[in-house]
Amino acid sequence: MAPPADARLQLEAVRLTALYGRRAVVKDVSILFPAHSVTAVIGPSGCGKSTFLRCLNRMHELSEGGWVTGTVLLDGADVYDAGVDPVQLRRRIGMVFQRPTPFPTMTIYDNVAAGLRVNGGRSRGEVDAAVEQALRRAALWDEVKDRLKKSALDLSGGQQQRLCIARALAPEPEVLLLDEPTASLDPAGTQRIEELCHELKHRYTIVIVTHNLQQAGRVSDYTAFFYLGDLVEVGRTEELFTKPAQEQTEAYITGRFG
Amino acid sequence: MDDGSPVAPDRPALVGRNAVDRLYRAALTGLALSLPLLLVALLAELVASAWPAITRFGVRFLWTSVWDPVAGVFGAAPMIFGTLASSLLALLFAVPLALGVAIYLTEFSPKWLRQPVAFLVELLAAIPSVVYGLWGIFVLIPFLRGYVVPPLRGVLGWTPFLQGVFYGNSLLAGGVILAIMIVPYIAAVSREVLLAVPSSQREAALGMGATRWEAVWTAVVPYGRAGLIGAVILGLGRALGETMAVTMLIGNRHDIGLSVLQPAYTMAAAVANEFSEATTNLYLSALFEVGLILFVVTVVVNALARLMIWRVARGTAVGSRAL
Repeated sequence: MAPPADARLQLEAVRLTALYGRRAVVKDVSILFPAHSVTAVIGPSGCGKSTFLRCLNRMHELSEGGWVTGTVLLDGADVYDAGVDPVQLRRRIGMVFQRPTPFPTMTIYDNVAAGLRVNGGRSRGEVDAAVEQALRRAALWDEVKDRLKKSALDLSGGQQQRLCIARALAPEPEVLLLDEPTASLDPAGTQRIEELCHELKHRYTIVIVTHNLQQAGRVSDYTAFFYLGDLVEVGRTEELFTKPAQEQTEAYITGRFG
Repeated sequence: MDDGSPVAPDRPALVGRNAVDRLYRAALTGLALSLPLLLVALLAELVASAWPAITRFGVRFLWTSVWDPVAGVFGAAPMIFGTLASSLLALLFAVPLALGVAIYLTEFSPKWLRQPVAFLVELLAAIPSVVYGLWGIFVLIPFLRGYVVPPLRGVLGWTPFLQGVFYGNSLLAGGVILAIMIVPYIAAVSREVLLAVPSSQREAALGMGATRWEAVWTAVVPYGRAGLIGAVILGLGRALGETMAVTMLIGNRHDIGLSVLQPAYTMAAAVANEFSEATTNLYLSALFEVGLILFVVTVVVNALARLMIWRVARGTAVGSRAL
């Protein structure tokens, strides 16, 4: 694909192969993620799209037997370089998971602050301000501002997922990885998250894994189609959905398999 | 084969139950009920045997310190104190060690090391109590006297906890041996609890840029805290009732003192030591009352521990509403 010439390339995978032991689940994938855009990663279950996402912030290597070849560049710097601390990397690339994962013993406030606490070195006032900002950006502030000290489990599933987005935003990352963020949500909750993607892309570069093609069409600027670990096709979303270059892509988006 | 014939094969009758099955059920019900009944019978027997002492001394028994078999005056306060003090001292040493082992084994250790270390730690629980006692007398006490007490006194000698001459048999020696004995229980249960924490919680913490250490303390330990407290209370329950090793090391003196270097006494040790010398009915009855107190305390502590672990294992304490 050809991103607009003026777009800054924030994140890039270069010949990335992800393996569990000797089994490759993502094969030789090269892809560009332009800054301040939403890229959807679609494909049938087991196509390696979630694993691919987890390679971008070096979460894959935490899985049993997980390792990669090739590399990922963040602002041109190799994130798999020997000197890179994956912990620091993950503070620049936030992640939200399939199921909401609030910390159940913490309050709403503490959940958001948790991401700041691990970064350390902030005064109480700064933490307060950062928590409010993160909750506002996650479009949750108005719903929870009067009950910040309540348990995070008092929130609905959709609110919990937006809380997790706020938690990921609190350390001020540049990139946001969303791994099927609406998979466990009802339609209303799903819609809120999708609207949020549009708002957040002005500040962040977003990569969203989804098995929902309509969702990919609604939220993304670019779409990448994965099949059996291969990147089959990537392009502007409206082009990929209207005139796909590959036969497999067409078969998938027209519902002939998957 | 189906030949289209409408004739139905013989079906078993829908009513009536299999007689053997009923018998089996009744027998098993009886067996299952016999254990709780045994517990009740034990409690009833303890109360009955302790009754003379209970009526004679009333609740004063719990907080008076005189233990004079000749004069027939009994008060259990030193033993209750010694039991609680030695057990709490044991927790003080055992909890950090056991939690450290459990956290290391679930979060940090290389995979090949997990089973061997877990196995060896749990093997500590298989060593007979009397062997711990012997080891305590011949190894632990000389070690404490030579290498632990002198430097400890150098730093904290001004506190009331380290006063008096250290002869060896003491609250400290009893507490340390108890700590070693309960570490395997606390470590094993804590490990189970930490393994039960969903990996999504770990990943959530790691994904927001927490180090492994921070992930343990912000996500894993808080999630499992009820179960971890349960593990600790389970260890406490064992420490309260432990008899042989403590009897051999604690000094067996009816005395209440703040210094851990001085001899003390526990309820279990008193019953074991004095049972054969109890010549009068009242003396025997007083020992039964000590046993009754110990019984009630340990049952309550264990029930509490089970309840907390059960709540975590069932996921009703934390997390279930998040899923």
